Amino acid sequence: MEYKELLLNKLNEFKEGVVLEFTDFRDDASITLAPENLIPVCTFLKNDPDLEFLICKDVTAIDWAARKNRFTAVYHIYSFKLSSFLRIKVNLSGNDPSVDSVTSVWKGADWYERETYDMYGIIFKGHPDLRRMYMPEAFEYYPLRKEFPVMGIPGSIPLPSKD
Amino acid sequence: MIDVHNDEKLLKVLLKDDPDITIEDALDNEMVINMGPQHPATHGVLRLVLRLDGETVVNTVPELGYLHRGYEKMAEAMSFNEFIPHTDRLDYTSTMSNNVAYALAVEKLLGIEAPKRAQYIRMIIAEISRIMGHLVAIGTFAMDVGAVTMVLWTFREREKIQNIYDRVAGARFTTSYTRIGGLASDFDDVAVKMTKEFLDEFDHTMDDFEKLLNTNKIFIGRLEGIGVLTKEDAIAFGVTGPNLRASGVQYDIRRANPYLYYSDMDFDVPVFTEGDCLARYFVRVDEVRESIKILRQLLDKIPQGEIIANLPKKVLPHKAEIYSRMEELIHDFMIVNFGVNPPVGDTYFSVENPKGELGFYFVSNGSGHPWKLKIRSPSFCNLQALPKMCNGQMISDVIAIIGSIDPVMGEADK
Repeated sequence: MEYKELLLNKLNEFKEGVVLEFTDFRDDASITLAPENLIPVCTFLKNDPDLEFLICKDVTAIDWAARKNRFTAVYHIYSFKLSSFLRIKVNLSGNDPSVDSVTSVWKGADWYERETYDMYGIIFKGHPDLRRMYMPEAFEYYPLRKEFPVMGIPGSIPLPSKD
Repeated sequence: MIDVHNDEKLLKVLLKDDPDITIEDALDNEMVINMGPQHPATHGVLRLVLRLDGETVVNTVPELGYLHRGYEKMAEAMSFNEFIPHTDRLDYTSTMSNNVAYALAVEKLLGIEAPKRAQYIRMIIAEISRIMGHLVAIGTFAMDVGAVTMVLWTFREREKIQNIYDRVAGARFTTSYTRIGGLASDFDDVAVKMTKEFLDEFDHTMDDFEKLLNTNKIFIGRLEGIGVLTKEDAIAFGVTGPNLRASGVQYDIRRANPYLYYSDMDFDVPVFTEGDCLARYFVRVDEVRESIKILRQLLDKIPQGEIIANLPKKVLPHKAEIYSRMEELIHDFMIVNFGVNPPVGDTYFSVENPKGELGFYFVSNGSGHPWKLKIRSPSFCNLQALPKMCNGQMISDVIAIIGSIDPVMGEADK
């Protein structure tokens, strides 16, 4: 498709070799970036007059369990101008992963990043208000990590006492 | 033992404008009140912590998670077909459109397509449930601001739609009507006739609704200029659906990235530029009218043919065949026990739901269960703009603003 070529050319112009991997499985454009390039590329994608990815639709993460880079942060952004969305992936290493917050680029990523932090324990550096989204603040686990059992952990959320 | 009822961090956010102030200082001339989760106007279990100066809202902190059931975790332990009933429980005011969205998302991942008749019926039920969802939105919104008659009238109309659901899906509320690759049962002539009759009456009922509300001085006065969300803010916060269109952005996925056969349909995308509560009400009313228009076009030309694709490895066979034929029995056994095994990869698919953009992001590792499922729920994203709308307004307007955003907590909390 035409916009994918435009996008890749633009990104290569911006910085040679910034796109580590490009896939279009089922026609979904998806690029993989290095963690340090995330904020510059996102700023570029938002502000470039030919691209204008104005909306951040979604932020989430994938827990690969057995891979060396265990977590992948996934961003879905949308451009009204091109009528199409783009998926950005950033591979993160370690058991305490962290990545720069994109809230400085898209204000709307605030809650999505909080949700991802709540579910996967990924720290978004520079996030204005990184609290848990759904689980209680003092909850010790990250439910969507693969080691967390589907049935939950008994006693991890105590019931309120009756007195 | 952990203290789950600790609101320390939340209060810190509430007081963040002045970092030196403590909660005791703030209370000298301000008040912190807790609205919800058990509050009739929060449409479920939304909790808002409000900081008030007199009757003016200084800061708002929404707190979610009281209806969190962990659907994304559960989906990882289920086959793709097993999850369909759970999509009913996301946006429970318009169950059918969630079913359609999920089925289309899985079909995109599998690379298959349902027969044309099934796709047409999916459009019909998606539009009927758009009407259904907006009826709740309009009714409860009007009730929240004092016009209690509306909720009785809109729920009366919903009953008629549920009769149609009952006919086609066998259930009035939790429909689970779609299957991967098609539909569970046919939308027969009786259902078509019922829908046509409903639409003929409903045109006049909509006129009555508008007569009741649009000339109601209190209703207009209560909503005009309240909770304004500018175009820039709406885009920045990722608001979608009627709330975005009320702020002057003409973005409807049915137009921008047409799915099903929406590109063949003749309909308008209503847009208002005011961005206040009243505009959000008008957008919903106009969308109901557009849905009626689409339904009239659809009902006359449902093509004949199969309602479920004939792909034995991917699509469940019909129950009657399972009990009478060996091949079908084997395929059913394999799909139920081992799943449909999509190729390795990830896809995102989104549709225009009554509340906004509902998206499903699948990651498949080639097995029968999704490795990951992320639900991009519109209510969650729309609620993010709530503090922006509420701050600086009066406390009584908070009720109107929540009603106008129209969140469904089943979807926001997942």
